[in-house]
Amino acid sequence: MPMKPKVPGLFKGLGVTLNTMMTTVTKGANTVQYPHEKEAPPIRARGVIALHEGNCTSCMLCARSCPDWCIYIEGHKELAPPRRAGGAPRKVNKLDRFDIDYALCMYCGICVEVCPFDALFWSPEYEYSEPRIADLLHDKSKLGEWMETVPEAPELEAGADKKGKK
Amino acid sequence: MSADTMLGDRQKLAYIAAQAADARLNVELETEGMTLNIGPQHPATHGTLRIVCRLDGEQVVWAEPSAGYMHRGYEKLTEVRTFPQVTTLVNRIDWLGSFANEVPFILASEKLMGIEAPPRAQHIRTILFELSRIANVGLFLGDLAVQMGAVTPVFMAFRDREYVLNLIEGATGGRFHPNFDRIGGLKDDLPKGWIDETRQVMRKLRGFCDEMETLVFGNEIFQMRTRGIGVIPKEIALQYGLSGANLRASGVDYDLRRDQRLPMAWDKVDWKVWTHPDADSWARCWVRLMETRESTLIVERLLDTMPAGPVMAKVPRIIKVPEGEAFVATENPLGEMGYYVISKNDLGPFRVKIRSASFNNISVVPWVLRGVLVPDIITILASLYFILGDIDR
Amino acid sequence: MSLLGIVIPYWGQSLLRVLGGTVAVLLPAGTIVYLFLFKMMSFMQSRLGPMEAGPYGSMQLFAEVGKWLQKEDIIPERADRTIFKVAPLIVLVSTFLLVAVVPFGPDAYFTNFDAGVFYMLAVSSVSVLGILVAGWASANKYSLLGGLRAAGQLIAYELPMVLAVIGVVIQAGTMNLQLIVNEQNAGSMFGWDGLGNPYILTQFVGFGVFMIAVQAELTQTPFDMPIAESELVSGYMTEYSGFRFLIFFIAEFATAGVFALIASVLFLGGWGVPFSWFSWHSIADVDDWMNVVGPLIMFTKMMALVFVIMWVRFTYPRFREDQLQRFAWKALIPISLLNIMVTAILKVAF
Repeated sequence: MPMKPKVPGLFKGLGVTLNTMMTTVTKGANTVQYPHEKEAPPIRARGVIALHEGNCTSCMLCARSCPDWCIYIEGHKELAPPRRAGGAPRKVNKLDRFDIDYALCMYCGICVEVCPFDALFWSPEYEYSEPRIADLLHDKSKLGEWMETVPEAPELEAGADKKGKK
Repeated sequence: MSADTMLGDRQKLAYIAAQAADARLNVELETEGMTLNIGPQHPATHGTLRIVCRLDGEQVVWAEPSAGYMHRGYEKLTEVRTFPQVTTLVNRIDWLGSFANEVPFILASEKLMGIEAPPRAQHIRTILFELSRIANVGLFLGDLAVQMGAVTPVFMAFRDREYVLNLIEGATGGRFHPNFDRIGGLKDDLPKGWIDETRQVMRKLRGFCDEMETLVFGNEIFQMRTRGIGVIPKEIALQYGLSGANLRASGVDYDLRRDQRLPMAWDKVDWKVWTHPDADSWARCWVRLMETRESTLIVERLLDTMPAGPVMAKVPRIIKVPEGEAFVATENPLGEMGYYVISKNDLGPFRVKIRSASFNNISVVPWVLRGVLVPDIITILASLYFILGDIDR
Repeated sequence: MSLLGIVIPYWGQSLLRVLGGTVAVLLPAGTIVYLFLFKMMSFMQSRLGPMEAGPYGSMQLFAEVGKWLQKEDIIPERADRTIFKVAPLIVLVSTFLLVAVVPFGPDAYFTNFDAGVFYMLAVSSVSVLGILVAGWASANKYSLLGGLRAAGQLIAYELPMVLAVIGVVIQAGTMNLQLIVNEQNAGSMFGWDGLGNPYILTQFVGFGVFMIAVQAELTQTPFDMPIAESELVSGYMTEYSGFRFLIFFIAEFATAGVFALIASVLFLGGWGVPFSWFSWHSIADVDDWMNVVGPLIMFTKMMALVFVIMWVRFTYPRFREDQLQRFAWKALIPISLLNIMVTAILKVAF
């Protein structure tokens, strides 16, 4: 039975690199030419945390559960007018300070998960690097701005039990 | 490609005897050896590992690894963290196959609590575990080539690893540190379209494995550099506590995924454990290539048999793990990784001991490096495959 | 000599020769670095390479040169200062010396040396000295290892190079490079002179051995043990930074270009096309416009050969140095000796 002469592996290897080179020349490279083109991260990507101030009650659960202790919260209670005439004034929480230090943040998402009032959301934004490290402390207003970039939760795969959380 | 043996038993014994003979210094002709530090800053060690070698010309007389340059104090950190926080931290031990680090810890905690994750969660856990293995070992294949001197395969490894990382990001939100496992199940379910995308990516990765096989393993120069180098016989491998592909390449048929009953989905699908009778560097690299391909098949079969249902068992909101001790080890990409969790009915563990694979894998370095030439040091270290985060924790 | 009717005094000719030599060394080096190192390597790795500096990254080399020039001149404290500074220059000087015998056209040559091949082989060994000296002069164990490996490797691969070229010399009957070009382009194969007589067809064994030996002389993968980036972090070049490293860098690629030029002269017919295409019979017949087209033809042939050298460099892992030595002494030298024997027998017989 005649045996086909085996092409030495050395030449096959050369063929692979030549192939890759011709693919890059004809079809373009696999790399994305950042900053001219940008890849869109998936919906669930953990880019930055956004704060919905109206929902926050300063329960401090997020600050306590952060592994890095990078959330700083200060608040005070205020009296707001009653909902119906003749009722008692309501105690409402007012946030004084809600800072997240992104120089320390590990992007683990425990704060977003434990918040019982849905005040924190993930957003896939990632371009917020600063020349000064102190500017990485995002305060209440900046965290509120990130809310505009928070996407809708994605639909879940077939067979999932409940609707997607954020 | 079949497991072809190149070394007979007598050859292997002769090799070991020669190494031992070379290690004895010739007293009459005592030439001054040179002490060379490989690392801690070095392109060949995956991080800050220092190996102190005493060389006689280009031959190693003795070698000793000196680890600890990257010690981050994990076991101490876990004493003052809660269970969800420990899950986050533990991602960072073996940073290339990150989901795989969470799993044994979560399984140990679930064992203490006496609960099991629902079947869908077990399936998805296993799929993500195998994806981490593909990401980790896929990079190994490219990195292996770079240690040998070929600069191109590592770019292909990174290119194809991107697909897997994008998959993990789509499901969990984090490419490198998914932080997705929770006691009782998973954080969330899979987004729509993930299963189809995963199937496509698995096909692409099999193409990548074929490319690596042609470009790296088929290359005669690569074969000359790795065949017969760094033979670690079965008994020595077992004595030193090697695990993972290193053990299987020495001919020991031991895989924790198959040999252990864990609440994961490996026993729900058919798959093969790859071993190799030679115990040299070639065997270790070859076994890992075959394992990567096998992982892509496992993922596809698991996707086919995915059950429907919830991804989280009924657990209280604030988890307190009851008192007790549990040890769970799994077959991580680097080897056998185990967590010994001692809990005292608190929010966090009392003590966690992390048995990491790479720490034991490099314990064989003094034995195997005696009498080898300097370039072979690199080959052997590359084929043993360790990650510094795993050694030093 | 007269160029375009103007008589140029001797000092003018020497000046032109020096300028021409500089261009002949640096232009190929620059083109090779951009085309092959930046672009071809990137394309083989599915990426685009430098794109920001200049259109499609063409100014990247100038940016890099500027970067290296403005770096601090660091010399290790325990290094031998004079030798440390001289070592890169030795390597670069050998390249310039090599290009002096390469003919670029019927009248466009620097010297018409009768023992051109002999001179070329002798001078190409000067770079070994530079590398060895660089390895010893940096007070660094890694550099020392690299320098010692380099010495062993480069000397081992000198022999196959010499023996491969002897086959060409036997077939041409002369050591003068200009006459070798003449023999190839004016010659004929079995009576048919449509293609001239390029020695690559008859001396294919010699060509293969020569290209492998050139790969080893340039310390390119698979023979780059002296540099061995993943072990010795640049080997003998480790302690060099800034301007001195630039000299090593340019020398590496310039030498690649010059060796490719020599290979194209010896095996591919040099600056000429087969003379029968224009019904010339010898160099005296060749028209003057060939003096302008000749360098372009040489450039093209050089690019083709460097493409092959670089292609192999980016694909293969490296040999261990004992495997390398074994390959040179036990495989390449016997093959090239056999080649010489067969060439001599066939030359005398026919």
